[in-house]
Amino acid sequence: METFVELADTMVEDFDVVEFLHRLSERCVELLDCAEAGLLLADAAGVLRVMASSSERSDALDLLQSQNEEGPCFECYRRGVPVFSEDLTADTDRWPTFAPTAVRMGFRSVHAIPMRVRDETVGALNLFRAVAGRLVEQDMPLGQGMADIAAIALLQERTLRQAHGVVGQLQGALTSRVIIEQAKGVLAERAHIGVDAAFARMRTHARAHNLRLSNVARELIDGHLDAASLSDPALGASTPKR
Amino acid sequence: MPTDRLSVVLKAMAAADGGSSGSPIDRVCVAAVTLLSLSGAGLSLMVDGELRGTAGVSDPGIAVVQELQLTLGEGPCVDAWTSRAQVLEADLADPAVVRWPVFAQAGVDAGVLAVFAFPLALGAIRIGVLVLYRDRSGELSADELAYSLVLADVATHMVLGLQAGTPPGELHELLAKEPSHWAEIHQATGMVSVQLGVSLDEAFVRLRAHAFAESLPLRAVAREIVMRRLRLTETA
Repeated sequence: METFVELADTMVEDFDVVEFLHRLSERCVELLDCAEAGLLLADAAGVLRVMASSSERSDALDLLQSQNEEGPCFECYRRGVPVFSEDLTADTDRWPTFAPTAVRMGFRSVHAIPMRVRDETVGALNLFRAVAGRLVEQDMPLGQGMADIAAIALLQERTLRQAHGVVGQLQGALTSRVIIEQAKGVLAERAHIGVDAAFARMRTHARAHNLRLSNVARELIDGHLDAASLSDPALGASTPKR
Repeated sequence: MPTDRLSVVLKAMAAADGGSSGSPIDRVCVAAVTLLSLSGAGLSLMVDGELRGTAGVSDPGIAVVQELQLTLGEGPCVDAWTSRAQVLEADLADPAVVRWPVFAQAGVDAGVLAVFAFPLALGAIRIGVLVLYRDRSGELSADELAYSLVLADVATHMVLGLQAGTPPGELHELLAKEPSHWAEIHQATGMVSVQLGVSLDEAFVRLRAHAFAESLPLRAVAREIVMRRLRLTETA
């Protein structure tokens, strides 16, 4: 349970999803009866990509599965159900490339658990074991829990990333609005005119020079733009020559 | 059950439709008033701890109280933003409440006896604060607190959802709900900065100080300045 709390804590601020998934795969090795763990995710085109591994060894195996579209992880993702092999040496027909390679690297059994978001399978968690046999019964819910956390983390990251873009834009717009009002006051006072007239001059200047109103406002406030260079639109002096 | 609360909130928002509340953010505020038996609710958008606009209010009357926080430079919005947590003030009339002496008094004068503020946040992101006002003192119940959090959550997504399709540099028109004097306060700030040869920040402080010294609302001082019936002097 502590692992879930610790992992959940990291999901709030400065969230880096790759770092998070790496830690998750390391925790799988500590908590579950497995030697290595790896996470594969489907990209937009539905192709599995290696996202995180507890070691180089499992990284290589995960890569093999994503390249050859063969192996427990690939099957698990395609079918959306857990896939396992109790003895990889007996499964060389099932996975001709994956099984012999895994055995050569020192693994005897493997479990693949689907990562689901609502009803959709988005990837799979691979648990590699050095001994033959199945994962003990009580480890299965924990393994599924790990896969679920990974899926939630990915969703949260997607939401946050989108929100970050909108928030930056929102804050820019909120600030611009205040600056434009302030600039009206600055220009009104410098040119001895009313704020409405000041706004008309700012707008005309922005149009004539193809500038954003907020940029004209900022330049006025900073003193980079002289009040005298914004002429009265009624005189038409600011209109560009054709 | 969070899903039940969410559906109750959304139903209340749908029922709030009609009348003058065309904005979904106004509707969140009206829904808050209905669900939590408030006297009003307001939503301010903030940047770097400063109030930058009012995105929604339950009624025009409460907009004035909400805007007071801009003119006073204190209140639940700033505190909720800074602490990243809800600010619950169950009895504004209690002299032991010294958190915001001026705002508390102004609130009581406007008939507000309790105020509850909730940051609009998504992870590390903060965009503003939702403030709930009551004309009687007393804490929010656990259930009311839970509803408040759902309302703040809904409001956050509404604001971001509205703004998402807006061109850069522009604020979605439904997110600009401040009273008409809002613009005048910033215009007056610009004028004072030229008159006194000081920065905009300093000009705003002088404006606020003048209003406080003369016991006038900031909006009234701003209006006098914009109409050129008042000019602040160096010593103001």
